[in-house]
Amino acid sequence: MPTKVIYNAKINQIQILDENGKLDEKLARGGLKDAQVLKLYEHMSICRHYDEVAFKLQRSGRMGTYPQNMGQEAIGAVALAAIRADWMVPCYRENAALFLHGLPMEKILLHWMGDERGNQIPEGVNITPISIPIGTHMLHAAGIAWALKLRKEDAVAFTFFGDGATSEGDFHEAMNFACTLKLPCVFICQNNQWAISVPRSKQTASETFAQKGLAYGAECLQIDGNDVFAVYKAAKDARARALKDGKPTLIEAYTYRLGDHTTADDARRYRDAKELEMWRLRDPLIRTRKYLEAKDLWSDDKQKTLEAKAKEIVTKVVKNAEGIEKPTNDDIFDHTFAELPEEIIRQRDTMHTHSLGQRPEQETLRASARGV
Amino acid sequence: MANLTLVQAINLALTQEMEADDRIVLLGEDIGLNGGVFRVTEGLQQRFGEDRVVDTPLAESGIMGSAIGLAMAGMRPIPEIQFEGFLGPAYDQLINHGARYRTRSRGAITVPLTVRVPVGGGIHAPELHSDSPEAIYAHHPGIKVVMPASPYDAKGLLISAIRDPDPVIYFEPKRIYRAFREEVPEDEYTIPLGKAKIVEEGSDLTIVTWGAPVLQCLEAMDKLPDDISVELIDLRTIYPYDMDCIEESVRKTGRCVVVHEAPKTSGFGAEIAAMVQERCFLHLEAPVQRVTGYDTIMPYYKLELDYLPEADRIAEGVMACAAY
Ligand SMILES: Cc1ncc(C[n+]2csc(CCOP(=O)(O)OP(=O)(O)O)c2C)c(N)n1
Ligand SMILES: [Mg+2]
Repeated sequence: MPTKVIYNAKINQIQILDENGKLDEKLARGGLKDAQVLKLYEHMSICRHYDEVAFKLQRSGRMGTYPQNMGQEAIGAVALAAIRADWMVPCYRENAALFLHGLPMEKILLHWMGDERGNQIPEGVNITPISIPIGTHMLHAAGIAWALKLRKEDAVAFTFFGDGATSEGDFHEAMNFACTLKLPCVFICQNNQWAISVPRSKQTASETFAQKGLAYGAECLQIDGNDVFAVYKAAKDARARALKDGKPTLIEAYTYRLGDHTTADDARRYRDAKELEMWRLRDPLIRTRKYLEAKDLWSDDKQKTLEAKAKEIVTKVVKNAEGIEKPTNDDIFDHTFAELPEEIIRQRDTMHTHSLGQRPEQETLRASARGV
Repeated sequence: MANLTLVQAINLALTQEMEADDRIVLLGEDIGLNGGVFRVTEGLQQRFGEDRVVDTPLAESGIMGSAIGLAMAGMRPIPEIQFEGFLGPAYDQLINHGARYRTRSRGAITVPLTVRVPVGGGIHAPELHSDSPEAIYAHHPGIKVVMPASPYDAKGLLISAIRDPDPVIYFEPKRIYRAFREEVPEDEYTIPLGKAKIVEEGSDLTIVTWGAPVLQCLEAMDKLPDDISVELIDLRTIYPYDMDCIEESVRKTGRCVVVHEAPKTSGFGAEIAAMVQERCFLHLEAPVQRVTGYDTIMPYYKLELDYLPEADRIAEGVMACAAY
């Protein structure tokens, strides 16, 4: 039998707004409107300021470890392509998308301030708490999409993860489930070139992350992840495809982590300063602003007003996050089950009476322990 | 002799063992140029090259499973899992494969690997960076469980673990990575696995603990009235554990308090309490007390000190046991 090609594949790369703020008019058709671009620019700028303030909060001891989102704010455009009923199943570098999808901004600060109430998402906001274990939450998105499909809801699940996350087995299982079961699920890989200190070249030998979805039967593409037009278009098309054909999409958003991995990291140990400098020029904020300026929709005055507004908003958010009363230590116990087993209640009670989980009525031993 | 932190003592043990045995390969996330997120492997890739200190893709099952293969084929892999919370994806490989090969091949295949894992709370870390899963691993046959509480022990125990012919999970209490320094001999030495250490001798009551809480126990002992003499045992190896040492101590004191960070129910303290009643029943003056974490999810850091067995709570446990 002669050899024949039985499978052929290609990966498209899409860029609509280039680094200089120049738009590809043809590709942009039917995409973001100027009012939306304006809204996104303002929102991304507020998120950038939020990030800077969060960094300072950590440095001054007012918050624990924090992963800066700097440079990846264009991912916010996904939220404009979504409807309220859609779900967002994030990692931790999607603040811009989450806030636009309805997550109160103080929630993320609270989380990193060591407070579970940061994960208590308000009712009606379809967002799951940020995921600390890498690359394991995308299966939940597949499950959520499954439920949406079973209930015939006109909604999809968007899930976000990094380049490193694609190395976890769960990523592959999630893609396979979503594709095989034809679930309305959109996978968005923010390839920011680094997984802490591990460069993309050590993460995978494949040319793109996008092509990893081909094996599962997903629609796959790479986009310029710092281009709000491309992010919006890819998310919108993927959403439509998911609902119409039940076909999942893997979008590789090609971007860059402008900050350290987290405040506990020092990227100078492993990353070339020149690489960083090059990527600073591709900052999504710079090019979006250039686009708006060219259209006469932006000015230095507007920028000043925006900066003041960002400051005001973020100051208030920080105040809310820091102003919240410290949880009582009952909080350690109270959410373990819908109905607490007796042993947990006993442990909670005896924590109050300092009687070591044995008998709550036992006399407190604190005074004698101090030898008073 | 040098005055070293726990991190430095581990780094020294790794360096010396790698010099001595070229079958040793380190693999894990960010352990190369970055030296690990806690800098435990600092300088090792520069010294031993990229073939022996390997930054792997981000996949714990991959790290553990391939380490098992390396070990089966005659290497001495030392995988690092970045935090105990990420042992999850590696669990199947370690337990269902690594720990079983010797038995199921009737000794024809062995898995001499040492998994290094930072463990425990108390450093204001994010979610899943503060747990204490040692009892889970102690429960599984075929794997040894080690947790040092001092730089000196860290070096000697790690060398023993590396040279051990079976899988060892070596938990590094991150709270004391840099909490204090200790004289650590330059020469290589081993501390046998399965041998506890009497940190302080005493006659009225025995505390058994391991890992970071050794420090909290010492702090608690300072708070106690002078007339209570406590014997403090650092278990050092959680499996196989030194029941002889505990037995001898409790036969002398008649009272025993077990302290650990992990939840109370099915914590390793439960095993010790059961064995103490089995071996020392007629010598006991009081029920064995446990001062532990609660049967809850480890809280985020705002409340972590309310969860962990801190000195005050340990002192209360000792008083309750002594007063019984
Ligand atoms: C299962 C798991 N393993 C390891 C870690 C430690 N860790 C936290 S972030 C990270 C790198 C993630 O890289 P990537 O997926 O590219 O996301 P990025 O941080 O670049 O946005 C690692 C290894 C973790 N949180 N979870
Ligand atoms: Mg990344």
